[in-house]
Amino acid sequence: MNDLLDLTDELARRELAPRVDEYEREGRFPREVFTVLGGAGLLGLPYPQRWGGAEVGYTDYLQVLEILARRWLTVALGVSVHTLSCHALATAGTDEQRDAWLPDMLGGGLLGAYCLSETQSGSDAAGLRTTATREGDEYVLNGTKAWITHGGVADFYTVMTRTSPDRTAGITAFLVPGGTTGLSSATPERKMGMRGSVTAQVMLDDVRVPADRRLGEEGSGFRIALNALDSGRLGIAACAVGLAQGALDVAVDYARQREQFGSPIASFQGVSFTLADMATGIAAGRALYLDAARRRDSGEPFSTQAAMAKLFCTDMAMAVTTSAVQVLGGAGYVEDYPVERYMREAKVLQIVEGTNEIQRLVIGRALTQ
Amino acid sequence: MKIVVCVKQVPDTWSEKKLDPATKTLDRASVDGVMNELDEYAVEEALKIAEATSGEVVVLSMGPEQSTETIRKALSMGADAGIHILDDGLAGSDAVATSLAIAKVIEGRGADLVIFGSESTDARMSVVPAMVAERLGLPQLTFANKVEAPGDGTVKAHRLTDYGYDVVEASTPAVISVVEKINEPRYPSFKGIMAAKKKPVETISLADAGIESASVGLGAAWSEVAEFADAPARAAGTIVTDEGDGGTKIADYLSEQKFI
Ligand SMILES: Cc1cc2nc3c(=O)[nH]c(=O)nc-3n(C[C@H](O)[C@H](O)[C@H](O)COP(=O)(O)OP(=O)(O)OC[C@H]3O[C@@H](n4cnc5c(N)ncnc54)[C@H](O)[C@@H]3O)c2cc1C
Repeated sequence: MNDLLDLTDELARRELAPRVDEYEREGRFPREVFTVLGGAGLLGLPYPQRWGGAEVGYTDYLQVLEILARRWLTVALGVSVHTLSCHALATAGTDEQRDAWLPDMLGGGLLGAYCLSETQSGSDAAGLRTTATREGDEYVLNGTKAWITHGGVADFYTVMTRTSPDRTAGITAFLVPGGTTGLSSATPERKMGMRGSVTAQVMLDDVRVPADRRLGEEGSGFRIALNALDSGRLGIAACAVGLAQGALDVAVDYARQREQFGSPIASFQGVSFTLADMATGIAAGRALYLDAARRRDSGEPFSTQAAMAKLFCTDMAMAVTTSAVQVLGGAGYVEDYPVERYMREAKVLQIVEGTNEIQRLVIGRALTQ
Repeated sequence: MKIVVCVKQVPDTWSEKKLDPATKTLDRASVDGVMNELDEYAVEEALKIAEATSGEVVVLSMGPEQSTETIRKALSMGADAGIHILDDGLAGSDAVATSLAIAKVIEGRGADLVIFGSESTDARMSVVPAMVAERLGLPQLTFANKVEAPGDGTVKAHRLTDYGYDVVEASTPAVISVVEKINEPRYPSFKGIMAAKKKPVETISLADAGIESASVGLGAAWSEVAEFADAPARAAGTIVTDEGDGGTKIADYLSEQKFI
């Protein structure tokens, strides 16, 4: 699999690194970068070859995300969200549905979005209100999805809706093509970080889809959504480790060059101990996500480990990026160096795909129930 | 259409290069090898022409063992087969010897086009394509930034000049060298990388190609590196202190140096 990681590294060096500063400063979405990554086969990695995926294990797929995130979180998170958005069809779709749509979704030309959250239902995802009503051979979808990564720029949307009042057993998943009449998006959110990534509300106003766009049975949507999130959390963990590694790279470089009191600041134990702690946290995070990925790849239960990896790696990334700013001193606080951006970006990883409080809740439940 | 595209593994442009004091040639072992950048454009052009004409692309490289990486890279981009000219006797070959070996191996393979990058980042002589064309008795369209090869026995190119470009035309078979910006080289895809592992690569020695070892290698080189030295340290620049007359001082300096 070194070939895959080498290819990713080359793409990260040649396509991501030259763009990241400008795009993040201007809040520009790098759609063309996803096209290049898609052409190289990185938008369908962990899915079966039968439908155009590369069928690589999560251990490899996650390392790809880490390499991308080391250069540009927006892109790595985008690949992770795209992969998440294909999960429902890949795991809960019928063969006819998969034959019809999955090859295009994994083929690299299209980008997906995953629509679970709503304004009133974030952590309490089962509180969603968007409805899907059966009318003959169609379903009619109505409601507003919030915080949707790739909202408005995605080519397809995996949407969780309510088909009956039952809190969890009343949720049903649909695959909605981007151009469908009635589907629109709001002005993108103005975020603290990851400004190159588009996050927007997605409005569904009498959106009609054929009944065969339903993924799984009516009422199976919550389980489908949570299954996808177990894997998605591993993606977030890998992104966090990559982001932290990027921050450490800059901090080490700077500490070796910056001189105070007549010596490089790296020669002061106070600084080198910080760097050592940063590196240790990164190594621990990497080991944790890889362990969870190995479990997943060998068919063992992994959802508690995924929650642990997401919790640990994203808290670690927050701490490491904050330390990186400290190592650079004043230079860390200004836009001349990327570490202030890394610090702003790390914060979002503690929130998305289940806040870290929710991860603790998942882990705690597994211990006590 | 059958296209042979010639690629060279060179030391990574960004790495620090060293000369081996014993042989006075480039120390290739101490740095990472990559495909010569301009050769990526050559491969891309070959693939585009082959795709448009249902043709075949054979990638050829002369170089030490590790050049297989560069051949594999071209195969993972989409080339169909590889040829590796590999022989210890080739080490230190100059452009004349290199063109001899390449021409010998290409001869008789029925190539309609032979495509090169216009120079390698390590030697930078830009003469191998022309020498190969001469040895094969084929027309040469060098320094092309646009190529049209519709597969009807003709090939047309825009040949870059100091002032613009010349439109040159030839019948095939012909030899082409391409410049940067002729296209946007594709990345290999992950599937392409996996598929490349199964593509055939033929290894050819001097004996296989019928080349006498006396005519290639360092011993046969027409030029010799007599000695080499480190680049001189850069002299400190001239600092002009602006005391209200900075502009005049700079203008004086520039005119002294005959820049203005
Ligand atoms: C940039 C960005 C991109 C996103 N992309 C997507 C996307 O693509 N698709 C999608 O569906 N969603 C997406 N989200 C939404 C994200 O998943 C939610 O923001 C997240 O689940 C938290 O929900 P909330 O914002 O409503 O916070 P709330 O649920 O309101 O939480 C507020 C605070 O209360 C805490 N809290 C809530 N419940 C508990 C509890 N039981 N115990 C302890 N503490 C609790 C939370 O941890 C948090 O600290 C995105 C969000 C952001 C910021």
